[in-house]
Amino acid sequence: MRVESSISRNAPADGQKEGWDGGASTSHVLKPGELDLSHGVMLYLDDITVSFDGFRALNKLSLQIDAGELRCIIGPNGAGKTTMMDVITGKTRPDSGKAFFGQTIDLTRLTEPQIAHTGIGRKFQKPTVFENHSVFENLELALKTDKRVNKSLFARLFGDDLDKISDTLKQIRLADQADRPAGLLSHGQKQWLEIGMLLVQDPKLLLLDEPVAGMTDDETERTAELFVSLKGKHSLMVVEHDMAFVEALGGKVTVLCEGAVLAEGDLATVQADPRVIEVYLGR
Amino acid sequence: MKRILSLLCLVAALWAGSAGAALDPAILKGLASDDFDAKQAAVAGLAAAGDDADAQRLLKALSDDAVAVAGERLLIVAGDQVLDAASGAALKPAPANPESISLNNSLRQQVDGALAALRLFSTDTAERLAAARLLLADMGDGAVLMPLLDKALAHEQDPVIKDILVRLHAQASLGSPDATVRLKAVQELGGSASPAVKALLLGLLDKQGEDFVEPDEKVRLAAQTAIKAIDGRLAWSDTAGQIFTGISLGSILLLAALGLAITYGVMGVINMAHGELLMVGAYSAYAMQALFRARFPEFVDYYVLAAVPVAFFVAAAVGMAMERAVIRHLYGRPLETLLATWGLSLVLIQAARLLFGAQNVEVANPAWMSGGVQLADNLSLPWNRLVIVAFSGFVLLVVWLMMNKTRLGMFVRAVTQNRPMAGCVGVPTARIDTLAFGIGSGIAGLGGVALSQIANVGPDMGQGYIVDSFMVVVLGGVGQLAGAVWAALGLGVVTKFLEGWAGAVIAKILVLVFIIIFIQKRPQGLFALKGRFVD
Amino acid sequence: MRTPASMRLVAGLGPKGWLAIAAVALVAWVGVPLAHLMLPESHPLHVSTYAITLLGKILCYAVVAVAMDLIWGFGGILSLGHGLFFALGGYSFGMYLMRQIGREGSYQSDLPDFMVFLDWKELPWYWAGTDSFLWCLLLAMAVPGVIAFIFGYFAFRSRIKGVYFSIITQALTYAAMLFFFRNETGFGGNNGFTDFKRILGYSITAPETRVVLFGLSVSLLLATIVLGKALIASKFGKVLTAIRDAENRVMFIGYNPLHYKLFIWTLSAMLCGLAGALYVPQVGIINPSEMSVANSIEIAIWVAVGGRGTLIGPVFGAGIVNLSKTWFTTSFPEYWLFFLGLLFILVTLYLPQGVVGLWAKIKARKAEKAALAEARASVAAPRAPAAADAKMPGGAAATVAKGA
Repeated sequence: MRVESSISRNAPADGQKEGWDGGASTSHVLKPGELDLSHGVMLYLDDITVSFDGFRALNKLSLQIDAGELRCIIGPNGAGKTTMMDVITGKTRPDSGKAFFGQTIDLTRLTEPQIAHTGIGRKFQKPTVFENHSVFENLELALKTDKRVNKSLFARLFGDDLDKISDTLKQIRLADQADRPAGLLSHGQKQWLEIGMLLVQDPKLLLLDEPVAGMTDDETERTAELFVSLKGKHSLMVVEHDMAFVEALGGKVTVLCEGAVLAEGDLATVQADPRVIEVYLGR
Repeated sequence: MKRILSLLCLVAALWAGSAGAALDPAILKGLASDDFDAKQAAVAGLAAAGDDADAQRLLKALSDDAVAVAGERLLIVAGDQVLDAASGAALKPAPANPESISLNNSLRQQVDGALAALRLFSTDTAERLAAARLLLADMGDGAVLMPLLDKALAHEQDPVIKDILVRLHAQASLGSPDATVRLKAVQELGGSASPAVKALLLGLLDKQGEDFVEPDEKVRLAAQTAIKAIDGRLAWSDTAGQIFTGISLGSILLLAALGLAITYGVMGVINMAHGELLMVGAYSAYAMQALFRARFPEFVDYYVLAAVPVAFFVAAAVGMAMERAVIRHLYGRPLETLLATWGLSLVLIQAARLLFGAQNVEVANPAWMSGGVQLADNLSLPWNRLVIVAFSGFVLLVVWLMMNKTRLGMFVRAVTQNRPMAGCVGVPTARIDTLAFGIGSGIAGLGGVALSQIANVGPDMGQGYIVDSFMVVVLGGVGQLAGAVWAALGLGVVTKFLEGWAGAVIAKILVLVFIIIFIQKRPQGLFALKGRFVD
Repeated sequence: MRTPASMRLVAGLGPKGWLAIAAVALVAWVGVPLAHLMLPESHPLHVSTYAITLLGKILCYAVVAVAMDLIWGFGGILSLGHGLFFALGGYSFGMYLMRQIGREGSYQSDLPDFMVFLDWKELPWYWAGTDSFLWCLLLAMAVPGVIAFIFGYFAFRSRIKGVYFSIITQALTYAAMLFFFRNETGFGGNNGFTDFKRILGYSITAPETRVVLFGLSVSLLLATIVLGKALIASKFGKVLTAIRDAENRVMFIGYNPLHYKLFIWTLSAMLCGLAGALYVPQVGIINPSEMSVANSIEIAIWVAVGGRGTLIGPVFGAGIVNLSKTWFTTSFPEYWLFFLGLLFILVTLYLPQGVVGLWAKIKARKAEKAALAEARASVAAPRAPAAADAKMPGGAAATVAKGA
């Protein structure tokens, strides 16, 4: 896989100290829409509130994800995990609060495709692939490229792209299924395909909503390996209920409850927190 | 010349009338003559006789073409009986070879005017009021009526009738040669709110050749002031009238959209045959009318009451059959459902053509629904529309009760919000679908009965309503009764105002543009539930 | 895939496809003219004026059906407004035909008869330049295109989808019909345009003119199909079908569905406009009833009968439905609506892939039987892969790939 991302060279995170080209003190001017990681922060949510008819799905949620970090989000049903992803990807507009991607990109002002372009990829809770398209075509569509109409009309695949697709096919173990319609894949394979689509999209931040639901233990293990290998090059936010999987990933864990952050830390600390035990793990 | 002659006769006859004698033989002779001028003078004489019973009877008979002449004698033919016109006594045996008296148009008008004027002296208040209104609508030659009006004014006690008489008097005085009388009349007329009076006053300001119709400058000025005052009053009642027609259009839309809102809310499909269910309801009303005319002619005025349940059940049965046979099998394919129900609508239209003919059929308003409430001279609320507004309010209430207070309603709401979950907790979703569809269709049938009272009933009548009623659903938000009500009434009133301002076609286009812009701002409608939708 | 676009166009259709196109073009440009102009009327192969007009009309309908299929079958957007775009094209070109009448109208005026009737003294501004053939041809594409673009922009931007979109397009068409019914609109009101005399100076009723118009209709249809094939085979086509199947996913991988939908929607409207422009001189009349709600929905049934998501299906569908209409309305006029209504119901219930899908199914079943027989004959083998393919859920897409 050919990954070219400024983050990969600057991770882990502390960009400003290293003095790479985007420092706030230097005179570098960012192009509009370019991701500014000068403070090492990938995603910055501050005081986000979303309510549906009086019900507060998110209640003054504040959260920060650093460049190259792998973060797990856990929390009981209705804690606001999916709504938080909706806010980040532009599907839901927050009633109040700030959501920034890097230092400069205000996510609350962009549409879904624009957000995807700036470098946030999302995997849905329910695997959604294009069932009538072949596995290969699914990856071809997701591939990082100019996605405007006039380009699509005359687009052709060149060597680099083909290599990238075939590498990813191998990585997600679907190389022998490349020409089958995605609708015929098993549930676990669809999950993998969707992850593969995220990979070819080459986002800087990956949002993964229950990526191992419906996978066998073996598949789960391989997924964990894959995610850990992505860490550093990309930032990942993983929502998961499977504690063994969370443990295997090993990153920092955030516990959401009733739309706000309840606790944050490594898994062991969080699991020892009496409040967390109370609302989530205890019963 | 003729006018003056008749006026003279009238004045002369007035003296005779007040003397209280029986009918003047000169009048009878005049009627019997072949000369229309003589007849005219005779009728004026009859009118002047005022409250005399014999004179009134004779005028009535003249208007009914029931007067004949045999020799010198004037007869009134009433069925088998023949009466003597002068005394009212029955004649036996009837004289041979009676010849009926012919009237020409102007004479007939005069007879009718005289009859109305005479009714001003009736002892029945209602009849006096009706007569005064009749004269207000069409007074004819004011000068002829002046003496009668003077007399009536002196007698009249009722304030409402007196008001009208004062106006009639003012209207009649406009013809006076005395400028001060005319000025006073114009000032009095300024208090009216009638388009006819306005036209009359406008007539004064016209020019005939070089000269004004009204020679006096002061009177003309007064007329201008009066017109302004009338305009102010007219504008108010015009607006009220537009709001009312808007509400009545809105209530029809509401009846059409309520059913659609239920079926669309529950099953998420557009029933393109919904308009044809209105048609089914309207034809049910037609069939009930035919049945009542054939079997229970004495109760024919109440066929509408019988048509309401019949239309509901017939339309509901058609709707449930459609759901069972077609729509159920297309679950989850809304676009195909749209096409299939369009096919159903074509079949229903053609079936109606074969059963009832391609022409529109006649559905009559029952007597109690014809006429209207006169609120102002240019504002009358027809009963049929008032009844429809009340009826849709009633239907709305019943639907609200059903949706919110019954178990069935709870199930329907549950399926609307979350079908799989409702199924999981034991709601029989398939049966709810059928029932909801039946209820929605039945309500459309009720809408059809209402429509039959104000619009043409024909096989194609439903086609025009599907777009409008869907617009109501879109505007109101799916599954929201309150939304549907506000959207229907709002659309109705806005449409009517735009129609008054820009014409029907432009109004339709503007409403459509408005809806498209509206959806930009609020894609879920006026009263949408916000929430996390999984899609 | 690493070939120039023009080469891919050739490859996309395959040698069989190009052979078929060449054959159809030959028949249209050589066979039919010869049969119409040269053979005597008594000859069994003679193509009558009636037949050539009917066929030309159906060919125009077929173009509309293919255009509709691009937006519905591949884009998943059911338009009930294609009758409007068709009629707008017709009216645009009709303006030219009206100007060509010149002073031969019943009032012998430079103005079209209906304007004389309305006591208008000069042409309204929007009739400027309509004496030019090319300008009107441009209008026939541009007017539907611009209207579709503006309407589509607002509708797609606010994410109006599914039945909402269908009904809104229906309302648009309805409003436009009312607008064209008005005399003051300046398009002949109720009666529309008719009594055309000439086109580019040639008599419109001359057999040669008819033959040329017929040939042009065939060419337009072939061009539409080739264009459609190229579009569907391109990445654009893949994105379009992806939007149809899972619009959300498409957005989150960075495509803006608004632009894709808008492009195909506008293109489809322009194709309809061209078809309308060819339709009017052949049929000789255009009036607002062409914009009726029923007409637009009928277009959808042509596509459904033929088979959505295939490019050749709509052509068959337009042919089948319109030939039946001609037959019914002359033989059993009172049963036509029953037939059409039942067609709507039965096709949606039992033939979701149309006749083309039915044919593919029959072929697949035959293949399955053959494979089964073969399997029995040799060893007891597992089921043939053909059987699995036939049952796959995305039958439509597979048929696309295999093509006509």
